[in-house]
Amino acid sequence: MILLHVIGFGLKVGHLLLILCGWFLSLISLNLLINGGIMTNKISLPHEEGHLWMKMREQISELGCKIHHNYSQYIGSRKVRKNWWRKLLVAWIGLGIISSFSVLWYMSSQSVEKRKETLASMCDERARMLQDQFNVSMNHLQAMSVVVSIFYHGKNPSAIDQRTFARYTDRTAFERPLTSGVAYAVRVLNSEREQFEAQQGWTIKRMDNVEQTPVHEDEYNPADLEPSPVEDEYAPVVFAQDTVSHVISVDMLSGKEDGENVLRARESGKGVLTAPFPLLKTNRLGVILTFAVYKKDLSPDATPTERIQETAGYLGGIFDIESLVEKLLQQLASKQTILVNVYDTSNFSQPISMYGSNTSSDGLRHVSALNFGDPFRKHEMHCRFKQKPPWPWVAITTSVGILIITLLVAQIFHATMNRITKVEDDYHEMMELKKRAEAADIAKSQFLATVSHEIRTPMNGVLGMLHMLMDTYLDETQQDYVRTARESGKALVSLINQVLDQAKIESGKLELEEVSFDLRAILDDVLSLFSGKLQDKRVELAGYVSSKVPSTLVGDPQRFRQIVTNLVGNSIKFTDKGHIFVTVHLGEEVAGLMEVERDPNSTLSGLPVADRTRSMAGFKTFNQEGSPYTSLSSPDNQVNIIVSVEDTGQGIPFEAQARVFNPFMQVGPSISRTHGGTGIGLSISKCLVHLMKGEIGLSSLPQIGSTFTFTAIFTNGGQEVNNQNNFISSEFEGMRALLVDPNPVRAKVSKYHIQRLGIQVEVVSNLNQDFSSLNMLFIEEEVWDKNLGRMDFGISPKVFILSNSVSSTRSIFSAPGVVTPFIVMKPLRASMLAASLQRAMGVGNKEKYRNGELRMLSLNNLLRGRRILVVDDNPVNLKVAAGALKKYGAEVVHAERGKEAISLLTPPHCFDACFMDIQMPEMDGFEATKRIRDTELSINNRIQLGELSVEDYENVSNWHVRIMAMTADVIQATYEECLKCGMDGYVSKPFEAEQLYREVSRFFHTVNDVNP
Amino acid sequence: MEIVGQLQKQFVDFTTSLYREGILDGQFVELQKLQDESTPDFVCELVSEYFQDSEKILTNLTTALQQQVVNFKVVDDHVHQFKGSSSSMGALRVRNMCIAFKSLCEEKNLDGCLRCLQQLKHEFYLVKNKWETLFRLERQILEAGGAVPFVDYRFY
Repeated sequence: MILLHVIGFGLKVGHLLLILCGWFLSLISLNLLINGGIMTNKISLPHEEGHLWMKMREQISELGCKIHHNYSQYIGSRKVRKNWWRKLLVAWIGLGIISSFSVLWYMSSQSVEKRKETLASMCDERARMLQDQFNVSMNHLQAMSVVVSIFYHGKNPSAIDQRTFARYTDRTAFERPLTSGVAYAVRVLNSEREQFEAQQGWTIKRMDNVEQTPVHEDEYNPADLEPSPVEDEYAPVVFAQDTVSHVISVDMLSGKEDGENVLRARESGKGVLTAPFPLLKTNRLGVILTFAVYKKDLSPDATPTERIQETAGYLGGIFDIESLVEKLLQQLASKQTILVNVYDTSNFSQPISMYGSNTSSDGLRHVSALNFGDPFRKHEMHCRFKQKPPWPWVAITTSVGILIITLLVAQIFHATMNRITKVEDDYHEMMELKKRAEAADIAKSQFLATVSHEIRTPMNGVLGMLHMLMDTYLDETQQDYVRTARESGKALVSLINQVLDQAKIESGKLELEEVSFDLRAILDDVLSLFSGKLQDKRVELAGYVSSKVPSTLVGDPQRFRQIVTNLVGNSIKFTDKGHIFVTVHLGEEVAGLMEVERDPNSTLSGLPVADRTRSMAGFKTFNQEGSPYTSLSSPDNQVNIIVSVEDTGQGIPFEAQARVFNPFMQVGPSISRTHGGTGIGLSISKCLVHLMKGEIGLSSLPQIGSTFTFTAIFTNGGQEVNNQNNFISSEFEGMRALLVDPNPVRAKVSKYHIQRLGIQVEVVSNLNQDFSSLNMLFIEEEVWDKNLGRMDFGISPKVFILSNSVSSTRSIFSAPGVVTPFIVMKPLRASMLAASLQRAMGVGNKEKYRNGELRMLSLNNLLRGRRILVVDDNPVNLKVAAGALKKYGAEVVHAERGKEAISLLTPPHCFDACFMDIQMPEMDGFEATKRIRDTELSINNRIQLGELSVEDYENVSNWHVRIMAMTADVIQATYEECLKCGMDGYVSKPFEAEQLYREVSRFFHTVNDVNP
Repeated sequence: MEIVGQLQKQFVDFTTSLYREGILDGQFVELQKLQDESTPDFVCELVSEYFQDSEKILTNLTTALQQQVVNFKVVDDHVHQFKGSSSSMGALRVRNMCIAFKSLCEEKNLDGCLRCLQQLKHEFYLVKNKWETLFRLERQILEAGGAVPFVDYRFY
């Protein structure tokens, strides 16, 4: 039973836990799927678990829904939610305590019930046994009464005397285990008394005294008893078992109990019991069972009167209840566990204890009725457990278990809620931090913008000063220094711009310019930018541009330069010996070169390098099937440029090669300490290359070197490829030179640069030549060093040594007795070479190289004769702008109002361009431009439709005047904004010659294309 | 020739001080570069144009700030115009004052504006005075038969 209960309870607890788990799961899943709205609870369950599970699941999910509903309702107010779950927690703990106590109560009541049942069954068992044994005794007594009736009364003379009776009863005592003694009394009427007394030889004695004055057993003597007074009839005992022989001659009717008993017995004809009374002699409690012995067999329905008349005597059995019950109980195994009391309850209000100690009757009790066959007498057996009931340990442990489980679940819940709260707090904190971080990011951008603006302003001063310096009279070296300084300054400004660009690139807002530029000049600039850095390193820096690359390309020179600068700068950082070699080829060329296997040792400095082709291995362009360049070369005049930067530096470890293009990622933390830098350069380069529709790749061998290669797509500048007349300077044209260099790669580079000046170059590998017909002789430094002192060139050629570093030049000068050669510092670049040659040869006109004048000349070319409308509300500004434009030869017309400009620019008109101030009263520049564009559009449409004749509009069918915005604030008025309202570009106010040139060249160039 | 040399030195010193004190900036140099043989009085004309325009603006500003209800938009427009012409002329201190004035306008700070107007007038008359001195020196040099030296502040 207990086991079953425990199992049942265990199942209940398990069920409860499952519900809880389900509820938690649904809560968690709901939280997780807060937006998805998918109920994971609906996952189909195995069929056998089926219906019940589904029901439960639904309930759980409903509950979850409700809770979640509440939850989401309260999600705004954390305090309320906290209270809510605290209440739930308290309720849960309360529920747990209640259930634990109810389980305790239930289980202990179960055990009490069980105990009761056990007691009842034990009690009943004892009662039944007692009753049975009693009945057995009673039956035997009855049988004895029959014996007496037959042998005593039925025979004359009697067959039984006292000795026979005593012997018989003694020997049959085992039949009557409950009787301590048997006696027989005959009925003697008063009339027969004397006869009887004489016959027996003793007088009938009365009994009552005996009862009233109990005496000790040994003192008891029946002879002391008083003779019975005269009565109607007597019932003296004639026979008795030896154990009770002392009652012989005592009149049973004289005893109060016995008398009643005898009377009742003869009336009923059944065994009749006395109330328990202390027995004579033993003084122990006992009852007497009395049977009437009749003279003849009576019918069962004989009347009491008949019975009385027929009564011959009375057989009595003495039952010593106490000893008997004890004897009985000893037979039973579990005697120790219970206490038995037997009561005579005939008089209900005053039960007489027949057996058992009269201890307090608290605690569990069971009452079993005893039926001894006498309807007048009622007996009860009261049973109690000896021991106090044991503690209900199972119930206690179970309820404690429930309590613990409840508390644990509560703890889990509490912890979960705390966790959720904490996570939410963290989340809010994170949101706060995120907001702050975003604000900081904005602040950072603003800071960057401000700072870069602030830096640009003084940098413009520096650049302007350098610009002015270049306009002054400088010798070639000074000019080169100034040029380098200026380019460096410009690079710095562009770097600042690039820092700003990084943000733009990341947000995809960067746009490339489309201007024509000279790639070779850009490369020269980059090389000269780094030449200073290489002075103290023994690293040769060289650039080579394939002759097939057009001299003018259209694209974004600044960005191209940025990429090359980044790559070269990167290489310089990591290279301490050998060379850095920048090559520019056309895509088609390299595809051809790739097929020709290169000699790995034929490099610029003779040191091995990483294979360039491997750096291009990932390029899609080269992996395409078929001929890859048919699509790239020129339906729309596109030029695919491949630039390689090859160095013999320390290389990049293989594991780091994959991530060098990630922003702020360097090979290792020690790298930034050793070499500095932000690690942003390569990332920007990659972005820029992608913007140029190209690809970038790298091939690197540790301790050998790296080769970065990228492709970029530009538009052909329109001029013929490999234009021989397009030299940097013309004064050397047609001269002949010999280049002495055993290294073919290096020779190729030197030859390329010398040829750019228009000089015909022949390459030889040693000095054993005839130099007489030459104008100049270029000798590699290493060749010169080897042949030092064995040289005799005569006088005709000028000798130039191509040298790498300042330190080595000194050694050349210190060599005595030799023709003093001219030193040409590497890296070679056209302007530098030209300057050196000029100095050596004494030719050329310095003034021709004054950049400012050159630019001014070109501006003059562009603007001369152009009719330009300048619109500005500020008369002073108007005058300044007009003055600047007039200086370059343009014809300037003023307008002070936007409306004025509109009327002037309504076709037909003869303006080539319009410079429009943006911020004007009444109508600003944007608005005016829009209106002008609208007017132009409607007129163009009408001309096309034939409503207006083209002749009236100077034979121009497509009117579009070039409008340039003038603004003081270049940052505010962005290029896009100008384009949006139909402007063609913008110039900053006040005019700067270079910017003006750039903008004007952009569209007057195209104007020329459209209207030649 | 002695006088010319002195005048030229005086001119250079004076011009240099203008740049050093921040009264003028590089824009004025640009303007001077625009002047050549074909337009000998370009800068001079421009400056007198600037004087006229500026005095008009200052009058307008004074009027605008004396109104019962000051329309700051109008004030701002005037200041903006003044700023534009001053920056074209290279009158650096006037221009900076205009920038400060504009921000006060945005704050609608009438007291500040009035104070600023006084300072602006002060700066304007200062630069006007300086320019007039400069042109007088120039004329004296020319009258003395010398050449006006070209002074680019960026070398100092």
